[in-house]
Amino acid sequence: MAELKYLLFLGCVIPYRITGYEISARKVLERLGVELVEMPEFNCCGLPIDSVDHDAMLLLAARNLCLAEQQNLNILTLCPGCAGTLRKVNRSLQEDKKLKERVNGHLKEIGMEFQGGKIAVKHLIQALIEDVGIEKVKDAVVKPLTRLKVAEHNGCHILRPAKYVGFDDPENPVLLKQLIEATGAECLDYMYETDCCGAPVIGVNDKIPLYLAGDKLRNIKAVDAQALITVCPFCHMMFDINQPRIERLLSEQFGIPVLHYPQLLGLAMGLTPKELAIDELRVDATKLLDAT
Amino acid sequence: MYEVDSMSERKQANDTRLRREIKMGDLDPDFKREIREVPGIEKIKLCFQCGTCTADCPIARFSEIYSPRKIMRMTQLGMKKKLLSSESLWLCAACFTCVDHCPQGVDIAAVVRALRNMAVKEGIIPDVFKELTDNILKTGYAYRIPELRLKKRVEKGLPPLPKANLEDVSKLFDATAVSKAKMEKR
Repeated sequence: MAELKYLLFLGCVIPYRITGYEISARKVLERLGVELVEMPEFNCCGLPIDSVDHDAMLLLAARNLCLAEQQNLNILTLCPGCAGTLRKVNRSLQEDKKLKERVNGHLKEIGMEFQGGKIAVKHLIQALIEDVGIEKVKDAVVKPLTRLKVAEHNGCHILRPAKYVGFDDPENPVLLKQLIEATGAECLDYMYETDCCGAPVIGVNDKIPLYLAGDKLRNIKAVDAQALITVCPFCHMMFDINQPRIERLLSEQFGIPVLHYPQLLGLAMGLTPKELAIDELRVDATKLLDAT
Repeated sequence: MYEVDSMSERKQANDTRLRREIKMGDLDPDFKREIREVPGIEKIKLCFQCGTCTADCPIARFSEIYSPRKIMRMTQLGMKKKLLSSESLWLCAACFTCVDHCPQGVDIAAVVRALRNMAVKEGIIPDVFKELTDNILKTGYAYRIPELRLKKRVEKGLPPLPKANLEDVSKLFDATAVSKAKMEKR
């Protein structure tokens, strides 16, 4: 019997391109006794159109929150963007009565009402830390990855703005590191660790994000990390899918495999690379797997 | 410095730097009041141009034209036309580092977002945002997920994707300033 149950909010980027994250997260969460319920209906969290129309973002987010309230289940997201947006709106609507009234006025048109205070929104790593607990994660490790040295990249919307979404210290985030170390691997520090990957700008300017992500990859390589661990589909796309493009632009070789955290944890749980969809990664992880 | 910005904007930025001149006729004195009506960004008036936002901005490290400090000052001065038509307005990655670091508590990212919302109302919107909005309206998802990928999900043992309620999405969009018709016309 599952002890923990969440409504899984998958978001748009994961089913579009990053299914390896979903596959590995589902496997790992099942092992940890977490039950995932599918969303009865779905629409984008709203984040991508906040720049177009703030109200449209609020309404899309609020509709998803209403669906979770109807199910009386906390939301679990794999994407920090969705987590950040839904957390922020969940909180703003509870704190700002006028805003709640206005939003509910529109939601009435589709037969919904945001109540507030009923459900929480958690990103995967927050759920692992706060609900599952690091001890339980450690207990599930059967094959400690003690020969691995890796680096982490959190994803901005897990950390900032601290007053709305932060559950870790945005200046010195430690929770993902603790989760990585629970697998037996060592997590290395590197320059500009908390900097953005640049992904949100790629549709407007395709150079800045590549230089920014390239700068991070260079700093990660400088500390001899064997892999980069991410917990965001967007960041993963920047560092993995775009890595060959960055290498061409900068005339540099990185060759850093980029794993979703549940892939790393899954390996330590004794799951096979195939089960964790590690073969779907763009940057070859064979050497890394030899070291596990 | 890498060459990452568009030539015309860089030239413009350089020209302004050299001349350091602002034409009074280009300023809209009501703009600071207009923008302060957007909830959450009232503190823009407290910005004293310390430059922490730009110093800590990862995008500004790579772009010569993107400077949140400058955007805050231009907003205070009421340089509405120049701001709303500026390419640099769309370079913010919304990483929120500036929001956490601003000593005056200005929600800089929210100011940038409010300026973008205003630009959209004036008909200025980068193609990528048009596409995202259109995708959400037509599929509920921000990206067009190809049929093949939906089939592959089943092969991989993943549950089918939750369906969107497009009627609801459309109704919600109608309630906002960016109506369906306006987005499609462009």
